[in-house]
Amino acid sequence: MNVGDRLPPLEIPVTRTLIVAGAIASRDYQDVHHDPEHARHKGSPDIFMNILTTNGLVGRYITDHFGPRAVLRRVAIRLGAPNHPGDTLVLTGTVEAVDGDTATVRVVGANGIGKHVTGTVTVTVPAGGPV
Amino acid sequence: MSGEPEVHEEFEARLKTYEGRPAAETGVGRDPVNEPMIRHWCEAMGDTNPAYTGPDAIAPPTMLQAWTMAGLTGRPERAAAYDELLRLLDESGHHAVVATDCEQEYLRPLRPGDAITFDSVIESVSERKTTKLGTGYFVTTRTDVRAGGELAGTHRFRILKYAPARRPRPAPARRPGQPGERRPRPVVNRDNAGFWEGVTRHELLIQRCTDCHTLRFPWLPGCNSCGSAQWDTVAASGEGTVCSYVVMHYPPFPAFDPPYAVGLIELAEGVRIVSNVVGVPYDKVRIGMPVRLEFRRYDEELVLPVFRRYDEELVLPVFEGVPE
Repeated sequence: MNVGDRLPPLEIPVTRTLIVAGAIASRDYQDVHHDPEHARHKGSPDIFMNILTTNGLVGRYITDHFGPRAVLRRVAIRLGAPNHPGDTLVLTGTVEAVDGDTATVRVVGANGIGKHVTGTVTVTVPAGGPV
Repeated sequence: MSGEPEVHEEFEARLKTYEGRPAAETGVGRDPVNEPMIRHWCEAMGDTNPAYTGPDAIAPPTMLQAWTMAGLTGRPERAAAYDELLRLLDESGHHAVVATDCEQEYLRPLRPGDAITFDSVIESVSERKTTKLGTGYFVTTRTDVRAGGELAGTHRFRILKYAPARRPRPAPARRPGQPGERRPRPVVNRDNAGFWEGVTRHELLIQRCTDCHTLRFPWLPGCNSCGSAQWDTVAASGEGTVCSYVVMHYPPFPAFDPPYAVGLIELAEGVRIVSNVVGVPYDKVRIGMPVRLEFRRYDEELVLPVFRRYDEELVLPVFEGVPE
């Protein structure tokens, strides 16, 4: 675990099912996450992924890489281009700082229209490193 | 929502008074941390981390906010101040909402059985911002999430409350002329029936007092100058100029397709009439612009007088934007 390390990218197909399943699993019933007609009325071309799902996917990306012993300390994300059905989200990460067994990883998730998410994750990985 | 800057400043100052006030007070998680919700979350995220299953399972830390969500029921914990703030934004046209930022710190893991409580404060309200989605205000809240009374995590959340910038696209099922999507019908009564009869003949009739010869519009039973109830009509030549105008952006009434320009047209005869200005993009309408009357059919029974930009030097028809 060194500064500058790049995590292998994770490609996630943004299906309508993922958007709706993520919204419901996070108890988010805002219509723009499941109802295309309402989404259009609010100026969006289709439904889009909610922030809780993006947050969950970013957390998964980090723990997938660092293994089940990794402990998430902090996840801070900002959303940009929305994730609409049919798009693909590609998560990439770079280790920005290391302090003992704790790393700060810069995460970017790009989709077909731009950067869907940018953020940083602080994760503690007990000695032994990625599993 | 284009208005005077000082109006925005006054509104912003009002929004600012909500900073520091509670967004949620003594909220209680609808369910304690539990295995089924954890499993549903992991299924949706495609997360197979073994830390989230088995006898020593913890909840995925990024689920923090999910334990505080109200779902389809109401939000009894939501503080009056937050509701008021959202209502103010709704009523000022910023009815759409999108989450933009989420910052979470996890102080201890959550495990099945943990009872969740939370408090939330309105940390800040931004000044007016224009984004690709539309113009609006960022509202940031900070929530402390407790498990068994002990602080387990903090959650800073930012939303944008905005007026959508793009015109809503009509759904495929919507067709012009469908019931409920037609323009409002004119209210025709004894005092104005003559005007609407003129419209059916494609004539814009102005009333004229037969005693003092003053022209008047809109139609009234008596003369404002001399009080006489005797009148006849003259047909407008159709020439006019834009005396003033507004551009309608919001709200999008059925059968109307904002943004569009509504003009106060001064007819060559000297009276004024309110109508749509067509034949020119809504943002190119200008005071003093010459216009000419035409009659436009909106559906099988409604014809209205509208005013088309008129320029003698113009040979080609002016591009009119979105077809109706």
